[in-house]
Amino acid sequence: MAKNKLRVLPGFGLSLGYTVFYLSLIVLIPLLAVFLKAATLSWHDFWHIVTDPRVVASYKITVGAALSAAAANAIFGLIVAWVLVRYSFPGRKIIDGLIDLPFALPTAVAGIALTAVYSKKGALSGVDHLWTTSLVYLESKFSFLHVISVIGRKITYDRPGIFIALIFIGLPFVVRTLQPIIRECEPELEEIAATLGASRLQTLRRVVLPELLPALITGFALAFARALGEYGSVIFIAGNKPMYSEITSLLIVTKLEQYDYQGATAIAAVMLVISFILLLIINLLQKWSQRYRKS
Amino acid sequence: MFFGVVTSMTASAKTIQLLNVSYDPTREFFSDYNKAFNSYWKQKTGDEVVIKQSHGGSSKQARSVLDGLPADVVTLALAGDIDSLSSLGNLLPSDWQTRLPNLSIPYYSTIVFLVRKNNPKQIKDWSDLVKEGVSVITPNPKTSGGARWNYLAAWSYALHVSHQDETKAFDFVTKLYRNVPVLDSGARGATTTFIQREIGDVLICWENEAYLALKEFGEDACQIIYPSLSIRAEPAVSWVDRVVNKKGTREVAKAYLTYLYSKEGQEIAAKHYLRPIDPELLKANKNRFPDLTLVTIDEQFGGWAKAQKRHFADGGTFDQIYKP
Repeated sequence: MAKNKLRVLPGFGLSLGYTVFYLSLIVLIPLLAVFLKAATLSWHDFWHIVTDPRVVASYKITVGAALSAAAANAIFGLIVAWVLVRYSFPGRKIIDGLIDLPFALPTAVAGIALTAVYSKKGALSGVDHLWTTSLVYLESKFSFLHVISVIGRKITYDRPGIFIALIFIGLPFVVRTLQPIIRECEPELEEIAATLGASRLQTLRRVVLPELLPALITGFALAFARALGEYGSVIFIAGNKPMYSEITSLLIVTKLEQYDYQGATAIAAVMLVISFILLLIINLLQKWSQRYRKS
Repeated sequence: MFFGVVTSMTASAKTIQLLNVSYDPTREFFSDYNKAFNSYWKQKTGDEVVIKQSHGGSSKQARSVLDGLPADVVTLALAGDIDSLSSLGNLLPSDWQTRLPNLSIPYYSTIVFLVRKNNPKQIKDWSDLVKEGVSVITPNPKTSGGARWNYLAAWSYALHVSHQDETKAFDFVTKLYRNVPVLDSGARGATTTFIQREIGDVLICWENEAYLALKEFGEDACQIIYPSLSIRAEPAVSWVDRVVNKKGTREVAKAYLTYLYSKEGQEIAAKHYLRPIDPELLKANKNRFPDLTLVTIDEQFGGWAKAQKRHFADGGTFDQIYKP
């Protein structure tokens, strides 16, 4: 405690107290309530609910779609962020502003809009058609991969719809996390690399990417976490077929609508634990990448 | 509090606010009916009644009321959902169904098919819905009252053709749901999927919803098919005692529901394709409400409580359909 007196800014005790209080009020107590409600179930009932095949299928779909959407966002979000920071072109400010829209738009609106544009009558029905044709082709060439049953034949009312909705809502997380880091990245470093004889690919791999990696992982983690809990946009586009395109949050809501509050919180508790573990792993990865960058 | 402010503003002629929590396909009916009731009540008492409507999947609506949505009256897709307000929330007495005529069922409907124009898949009856390559749209019976009627209608048909063989009925319904590509949470969502997204060859829906879709989207979009057998789908109504006691709206809430049984109420219902319980009015509208064999929930399933438990509760037949 004696050390505290040496700090430049006073008030450690007060600010720590405030932090704990605030976090408890906003985050911990509501989450604790979920676990307490779930704890009113016997262990046997709890286990029975959370390992029901339909619930397990929904974990797989939710985590799988969230991971793949976050990965897609990491790749394409990086390109978007890079272009927005490094190049100047007419309309850049407007495009930059557009990035935040998925944050602001009610997700149900996003879901309905996406369903409308990709469905038979929609503006992007061609994409849907192209998707189906290419998957049918893939299936005919590589039938052992079972692409259609794993990925899904159509975009709307099928698994790819979930993926697209999650990309939509996750994009700003990656772009907004990367932009300040890219801005700090001095172009001179790349020039030095070039003068030292590095090829473009080497510069990218050895100089640029290591700088961006920690932020990229953070953006990925945020997009992933957001996607795990998403409800509004997905239910409009997914088709919600049990065992196939039913996400966990929908199952939770379905349970609530049957007045099964315990069942709903049991599944929610499991989802929380899964999310927590996955996010912990991603955070550790990020720590590791930072250390790697410094060395 | 808000209501209090409004009522205290005008001492002589009051403005009363009622909230009617209803299910999906009654939007248009109640917006008409509310106008009629408003002028009826004004004439009778001088008071202005402003009725607010809330619509959604029937069970979802019941849950909102259980969770505190201050509904003066509930007009839901099935008696079972109002039962839950009594059993789970104690919001009204368990014998609520006996308080209004005809077991609190002021009108009824049935379940029919809506198909694309000229019926390209030649869908005539329930047996056509389980054929390979036929895509069927029906909402999720866990959340939608209409979907539960759909499910039970299909089940009844299968029982009927198999001479009451329950195993065959389960197989039939399983096959039917294999043909369902989208499970919407409410009846209106399913209609949108069918009409606006052009998904599916046939929509199983309320008779009144089918007529509404026809009116809304034109006869070149779709047509109605009556199956050989269907179910008598009976929406139920009640005032919510806990709410009306607190707000002091019991009298007007009761009058609002009783007026559904009046000649005017029944006529508005018929106009919106809900079958009136008044036999003469039903006869007068014979061309709009064709005769077909209708089983009832009590005869075929022994009432809602039983049907709910057996088919739609966790682990019920609907869940078993999706067991791998």
